[in-house]
Amino acid sequence: MAEILVNKYTPKDFKSDQEVRWCPGCGDHAVLSSVQRALAELSIPKEKFAFISGIGCSSRFPYYMDTYGFHSIHGRASAIASGVKTANPELSVWQITGDGDALAIGGNHFIHVIRRNIDINIILFNNEIYGLTKGQYSPTSTKGLVTKTSPFGTVEEPFSVGELVIGARGKFFARTVDTNVALSTQIYIEAAKHKGTSVIEVLQNCVIFNDGIHDTIADKEVRDDRTLILKHGQPMIFGKGNDKGLILDGLKLKVVKLGENGITEKNLLVHDALEYNPGIQYMLANMMYPEYPVALGVIRAVPWPTYERSVHEQIEGIQKTAKIKCMDDLLMSGSVWEVE
Amino acid sequence: MGKKSEVIEREEVVIRFSGDSGDGMQLTGTLFSDTAALFGNDLSTFPDYPAEIRAPQGTVGGVSGFQVHLGHSEINTPGDFSDVLVAMNPAAIKANAKWIKPGGTVIYDEGNFTEKNIEKAGYEKDPIVEEKLDGYNIIAAPISFMVKEALKDFGLDPKSVLRTKNMFALGMIYWLFDRKLDYTEEYFEKKFRNKPGMAEANKIALRAGYYYAETIEALSPVYKILPAQIAKGTYRNICGNTAAAWGFMAAAEKAGLKLFIGSYPITPATGILEELAARKDLGVISFQAEDEIAGICTALGASFAGNLAVTSTSGPGMALKSEAIGLAVMAELPLVIVNVQRGGPSTGLPTKTEQADLMQALYGRNGECPVVVIAASTPSDCFHFAFESARIALEHMTPVVFLSDSYLANGTEPWRIPKMKDLPKISPPFADRKEIPFLPYKRDEETLARSWAVPGIPGLEHRIGGLEKTVKGTVSYDPENHELMVKLRAEKVERVVNEISDLVVHGADSGDILVVGWGGSYGYLITAVRELQAAGHKVSLVNFNYINPLPKNVKDVFRRFKKIVVCELNMGQFADYLRIKHQEFTYEQINKVQGLPFTINDIKDKCIKMLENK
Repeated sequence: MAEILVNKYTPKDFKSDQEVRWCPGCGDHAVLSSVQRALAELSIPKEKFAFISGIGCSSRFPYYMDTYGFHSIHGRASAIASGVKTANPELSVWQITGDGDALAIGGNHFIHVIRRNIDINIILFNNEIYGLTKGQYSPTSTKGLVTKTSPFGTVEEPFSVGELVIGARGKFFARTVDTNVALSTQIYIEAAKHKGTSVIEVLQNCVIFNDGIHDTIADKEVRDDRTLILKHGQPMIFGKGNDKGLILDGLKLKVVKLGENGITEKNLLVHDALEYNPGIQYMLANMMYPEYPVALGVIRAVPWPTYERSVHEQIEGIQKTAKIKCMDDLLMSGSVWEVE
Repeated sequence: MGKKSEVIEREEVVIRFSGDSGDGMQLTGTLFSDTAALFGNDLSTFPDYPAEIRAPQGTVGGVSGFQVHLGHSEINTPGDFSDVLVAMNPAAIKANAKWIKPGGTVIYDEGNFTEKNIEKAGYEKDPIVEEKLDGYNIIAAPISFMVKEALKDFGLDPKSVLRTKNMFALGMIYWLFDRKLDYTEEYFEKKFRNKPGMAEANKIALRAGYYYAETIEALSPVYKILPAQIAKGTYRNICGNTAAAWGFMAAAEKAGLKLFIGSYPITPATGILEELAARKDLGVISFQAEDEIAGICTALGASFAGNLAVTSTSGPGMALKSEAIGLAVMAELPLVIVNVQRGGPSTGLPTKTEQADLMQALYGRNGECPVVVIAASTPSDCFHFAFESARIALEHMTPVVFLSDSYLANGTEPWRIPKMKDLPKISPPFADRKEIPFLPYKRDEETLARSWAVPGIPGLEHRIGGLEKTVKGTVSYDPENHELMVKLRAEKVERVVNEISDLVVHGADSGDILVVGWGGSYGYLITAVRELQAAGHKVSLVNFNYINPLPKNVKDVFRRFKKIVVCELNMGQFADYLRIKHQEFTYEQINKVQGLPFTINDIKDKCIKMLENK
């Protein structure tokens, strides 16, 4: 993507004239606002943005952005966005999706876009429920969750988004909370700058059908002690007053208290988002409360060649030495004969 | 290369190469047809192979065939019955016995007619006797033995030696038809550039077959088919899949757009994806997707981003793509969906031909969801109709379903190569910056096509999608707006009628029977109709390429005939469609659903019966 310096935008420049129709109190409002802030910071001309979505509450997102947008069909946004980016690598392509759209009906496209490493920024709104169809369990719903289609509790194991991304050989995974606008904005900027598929899991609150599902870790009162905001090159430290940290204990992560048993900041793990080997990042992505804090921030960001660049480089390379330059050349190539 | 025995001049001849699916019959047939084409014969070919790559050896299920019909005059079909059958094993006799012309020639590999193989093919002792072929011109050639002899000092392993059997047989056929070996020899030199030993082995086998046929002189008479009287120009052989791929590339060049194909491999459509994947020299972007749905969705994304986008598939894949076709209808983006039809339903007969996806193409979606439907009728005109499909999609901002079939996709014929300058320019309705504020669903007054605002243009930012919209692009649940938009989308497709060609009547424009066909059965129908005409019957043919919309002059053509007989390889889908669209006529039907094309006699006999009952 050509990063041409343009006049600074403000978040308002990215607001469309459409009335936002999400429920009052829905986490989506905050995500929209964070994305608009991030885009204003990016120095990418507005006409270069394309927002592609599938179906679900979050997928209405493109209508509220004053950019090019395509609200498509359920589960297929990854495939459509793949086509957009491959056709025109100059665009900054964003996919807006949810836990049902990306991980249930669209699971196949989701893992394959990641495997190919197409430079698309995927914002996955994870509210662990189907909102638009009014309250059925999703592939990320906690086992046992009572919903309209699981009146006695689900008996299914949920997906962990980060685990799936790494399993699909993903190179960028980040996690944020809808209401944390500052952290979210920063992550969206980093995702945009990362070349390759970036998956950002947003722990998003559905105020109607799954209200408070992330409160255990995201509520203001407890979040400092129950989440860890990862920063590349920084020690893994968290807690009110930065009193806790993570160390590697054998083959597992372990929460430690600074000052206890002689542990200081120097003993803590230092976050390396650029490391290709996903071992530690995998454990970080899968940390669950109460045993661990939930990891936020950019967990993995490994530089890697992108699909669309490789496609176009291959074409350009072949064209340099190709004998066939136009259709007339092709039509007359090989075995042809004259009839007089 | 030696004296010929009795030579017989023939207008046309049909040869069928048949053997195990590992015997290389497709290559043998292709090399023979290329040689005949270079000589100047008109021809038509039909490969007929099993779905299994290597079905159990020696069984009838594993027989792979390649039929070539070549002639001094115009050839429109691969032919019903063969003059010459090359049978590499007893199973090949079993599969083809009823398709040999009475008194025809059968060349078979004696060495492969072992007790075991005879039994595997379902015979007791002697296939020739059991099939009552003893009065035919039967040539039992010791092919396996001869290639072993010819290559014994060559240092090849026994398996590789036996692989040249097909070239020995081909050499015999070249002698029989008085064709030169040089094209085939050059082919081997190129193919085995890095394995000169293999090139030499194949050439030795080829020549051994040629000389063997000369020596035994059993192969009399020798057939002679003079070059065909065909229009001046430069020709090449082409199959339907390649022709379609090239038609799309030609359209992209004429429109000044990049071509994008998003597809998932499926028989018999894969050839289109393969051909386009190889054409990076012409800048084609090929995306082999994770499934059929992603195939069309990546293509639709590329269309949104400003490419000429194509997705190719066959019936089962078409089913998976239907929701995305609906999205393309709603988003009003240009897109060509190729369906190379095969026998269905479900997995059906993957390698066989059928025309049973017509209703699927026309109506197989939720909601009121009209698309343009175009069908090709010969292997080479896949180029023209693929080009047309792309042109209409781009200029009218609509998905177009392009129907081919297994018979067209794999069949080849000589094709007079067009010049790019003779093809029409394609002008998509691109939005420009004068249209700010951009209204995504504002339409051209004449075509009703909306403007195409490709991402990247400042000021034209807009949103489209699957939800119903107003002209402004705002989501709307307004009942009147929905009905209006449904009608506009339908009207847009209807108006394509203004730029499609009228139906052409082959024969007199009135008479007793009008044979009606569509798409790929053209070759059989035109041959049958011409033979009926030559016998003095008042029979004419129309073959439809434009299915939706139908050409303007349908009514005018139909009303001049006493009977309308719709012939198609399904249970009557086009006949039913005509019953909806042109209710004032009565339609009779000739149908066949065997995974095979019509035979000329099928059509002739049934037409004659109808004429007798008039």
